Amino acid sequence: MTASRKFLKGNEAVVYGALAAGCRCYFGYPITPQNDIPELMSSEMVKVGGQFVQAESEVGAANMLLGAAACGVRAFTSSSSPGVSLMQEAISYMAGSELPGVIVNMARGGPGLGDIGSSQGDYFQAVKGGGHGDYRCYVLAPATCQEAYDHMIEAFDVAYAWRVPVLVLGDAILGQMKEPVTTWTPDVNADAGKDWRLEGASGRPERLLKSLFLEDGALAGHNAKLQTRYRDMQPLSRLETVGVDDAELVIVAFGTIGRIARSAASQLRKQGHKVGVARPVTLFPFPVAQLQALAVPGRRFLTIEQNCGQMVEDVRLALAGKAEVAFHGHLPGNLPNPDEFIQPILDALAAKA
Amino acid sequence: MTSINLAALQQEGYTEVATLPEVLADRPMHYCPGCHHGIAHRLVAEALEELGQVERTICVSSIGCSVFIYNYMHLDTVEAPHGRAAAVATGVKRARPDAFVFTYQGDGDLASIGLAESMHCANRGEKLSIVFINNTVYGMTGGQMAPTTLPGQKTTTSPGGRCASTEGLPLKMAEIMAGLGGVAYSARVATTSLKRIVEAKKAIKAAFQCQIDGRGFGFVELLSACPTNWRMTPLQANERVEKELIPYFPLGVFKDDANDPACSVSGGDS
Ligand SMILES: Cc1ncc(C[n+]2csc(CCOP(=O)(O)OP(=O)(O)O)c2C)c(N)n1
Ligand code: SF4
Ligand SMILES: [Mg+2]
Repeated sequence: MTASRKFLKGNEAVVYGALAAGCRCYFGYPITPQNDIPELMSSEMVKVGGQFVQAESEVGAANMLLGAAACGVRAFTSSSSPGVSLMQEAISYMAGSELPGVIVNMARGGPGLGDIGSSQGDYFQAVKGGGHGDYRCYVLAPATCQEAYDHMIEAFDVAYAWRVPVLVLGDAILGQMKEPVTTWTPDVNADAGKDWRLEGASGRPERLLKSLFLEDGALAGHNAKLQTRYRDMQPLSRLETVGVDDAELVIVAFGTIGRIARSAASQLRKQGHKVGVARPVTLFPFPVAQLQALAVPGRRFLTIEQNCGQMVEDVRLALAGKAEVAFHGHLPGNLPNPDEFIQPILDALAAKA
Repeated sequence: MTSINLAALQQEGYTEVATLPEVLADRPMHYCPGCHHGIAHRLVAEALEELGQVERTICVSSIGCSVFIYNYMHLDTVEAPHGRAAAVATGVKRARPDAFVFTYQGDGDLASIGLAESMHCANRGEKLSIVFINNTVYGMTGGQMAPTTLPGQKTTTSPGGRCASTEGLPLKMAEIMAGLGGVAYSARVATTSLKRIVEAKKAIKAAFQCQIDGRGFGFVELLSACPTNWRMTPLQANERVEKELIPYFPLGVFKDDANDPACSVSGGDS
């Protein structure tokens, strides 16, 4: 592992993280605010001898990803919300066919064309499946450019270890902000996928990757297997906490909003308010046990999201009535600012929310 | 149909005049009597064997009656979503440039829901091959109108016959593909007689050869019978291909860069 320091935008960190992880195929289609990714990939991928394709659409890009994943070659695609909606068909097929692909969503405001500013309105789509059928993606929610880099490396490892599609859910803020990033190169397990990947049936029986199961009981068995896998992935869940030990109020927020909530909380700490922040780093699996452990008697929770209330449902499910969970939604379309979180936090502290 | 007991037949005085390609599974197919998918499968299998490609082949199956192609060919196979085979094949070929990659798609799959993926794959000149089965209907879902349904043809969603003024005219995919820059070979064939079957196999091999030589994208359209959804006997369906399909969808090679030095590029893909 060699490390060095670079000043990178979130979108650029995604590119360099993927290349460090041994990604050798990228398929994409232009959409703001993630255009830096295909633009940078068009030259960087060629430098490492990989393949770059500007697809005809996000439908095309996601299906190219499916094809490359079927070959056991590390590949990814990126887009922003409207484009990620178009990818859901392929993601469902990848989940059903147990194919490891990585999809980055630098989310923007919706519904419909929305805007090109940041939003967390794709939480449900990301963590509840998004396409048809009972499946989940492993979902990472980076909050910093460093995490954008590190999460790409983790995304490929998890995708190949578990044979699941992995979503990295960022937003317009993460894609566009610039920070110092320590770049590093992991050891990549080249053997991952060697017992299922397609390469031509030379000297062995043919292999088949599919999601159609018509034989009696076969689909039920397949679904049971997938559900077991998702349950077995639960220990991968992560929650980052700051200042929660003595907190009267714990703010639960993910991604860049988690970071902004942290600034607001530290401002309030200085004024003597006992506020902590819990940031789910994995959105699926959701850090249920870690959140439950925080639900000590008398402590209140406030979920802050840049949407109209999505993750809050999972926070309430996780806490299962053990604590009250208030919600503050910062509407997509407005750029969030720590000052705007102060009053909702004070209200929640005062149990007025 | 069960496996053929060759030894027993030979004892009865029969002689073997043809063998099954090894890559073709010795297993009864699910296709209806008189369906041309089976003939097309066999031609693909023979072409792969004769060109020595079996061991490096990755097949991309599509959604339609031929979704089970993987049950009949001993090939590494990935199943693409409906219409997306050309995009999936692009990913496969880009990830494994040393593999021989082909898709096998129906007319609903390729020419309707997958038109964008198919044409852009062809236009990029992806070094892969598409075998396109045009039977003028959506076979698998029960005979609905396809983009290739002939004017006046009655289907379950065009009960009064396809009306050109509201439903348009059938897409001539082999000609459309031939007009795209990245296409090295495009032809239309039929499998209604022994003579035509021989021609069809030649075309499939020519399309495959483009990929082997790294010349570009190869496309073969096979006019095929769907007796079940045409509500015909196998013989009537065969006759319909000759009398109705071929006059609208002319057979022939619409592009072949092997005969056009300006198109060819040097270097193979292996
Ligand atoms: C997204 C989606 N839409 C619709 C279908 C249903 N469907 C399955 S096969 C098919 C059409 C098959 O027709 P064609 O491609 O012509 O193949 P054939 O069966 O005639 O060989 C359709 C519409 C599907 N599987 N997926
Ligand atoms: S429905 Fe038509 S295309 Fe499908 S198997 Fe039967 S004859 Fe062939
Ligand atoms: Mg058809």
